Amino acid sequence: MVHTLALTAGLALLWLLLSGYFLTLILALGITSIVLVVWIAHRMDVVDHESHPIHMAAKGLIYFPWLMWEIVKANIDVALAIIKGKNAIAPKTMRVTASQRSDVGLVTYANSITLTPGTVTVYVDGDMFLVHALTKGSADGLETGDMDKRVTALEGYVEHGKEGVG
Amino acid sequence: MEMILYILSWIAIITGSVFCVIGAMGLIRLPDVYCRMHAAGIIDTVGVGLIFLGLAFQAGWTLVLAKLAMILVFILFTSPTSCHALCRAAAYSGVHPMHGEQAPDGANVIDGEEDASLKT
Repeated sequence: MVHTLALTAGLALLWLLLSGYFLTLILALGITSIVLVVWIAHRMDVVDHESHPIHMAAKGLIYFPWLMWEIVKANIDVALAIIKGKNAIAPKTMRVTASQRSDVGLVTYANSITLTPGTVTVYVDGDMFLVHALTKGSADGLETGDMDKRVTALEGYVEHGKEGVG
Repeated sequence: MEMILYILSWIAIITGSVFCVIGAMGLIRLPDVYCRMHAAGIIDTVGVGLIFLGLAFQAGWTLVLAKLAMILVFILFTSPTSCHALCRAAAYSGVHPMHGEQAPDGANVIDGEEDASLKT
């Protein structure tokens, strides 16, 4: 139920921000669209903790700025490597063990790795990620496991079935 | 005040453009498809982010800012997905990562049975 409310609120906010008009006709069209979309989402059975990870929202406010800062640092590293040329890069494929327990947590970690320039997740097998790293700095940064710990703290694991769906 | 915002805006847009050019350079200069993907990552993150920041300074606290923020969030969520899909496609069609002289022997973990696991 709480996820349906989150979906409705999110869609309403999206509509209002994108339109910016408060005319009766436009609002009525908006409400109709939202009801239609929520109904279709329900029929497709996609409204749950995976499509709407609202339990991660509060901690995400701390994680996201940290990730942005990491991305900026990694960008400067990779940009310098590109300018310096072939001698500055050390391509390497490495294995990283993820400590997240839910699928949403694993996806967040894998996407965070890919989003940070210099490291790309190539293959995921259970909790084992195959990561391609461009420079020595990016490989070392990932091996410290700092990002892994932060994503695990972010995911706030919930047992399947305990959480109400829809 | 308007002048300061204007200057900040152009600094951000120009820096963002420089990062985009560096990313494009990387696409040409780096040796193989996996390395070139990292260069594309620069454009997706700092390039887009700084141009967004510059445009946000121009927009001020208006509805345009909210729309810009949405574009940024959607790009940040979709670009790693497309990057990963590209990477998987390359691995699936048998492109092996190139490791330069810098890589110690055996650093290339994609061989033999690992290769088979990539194709599942």
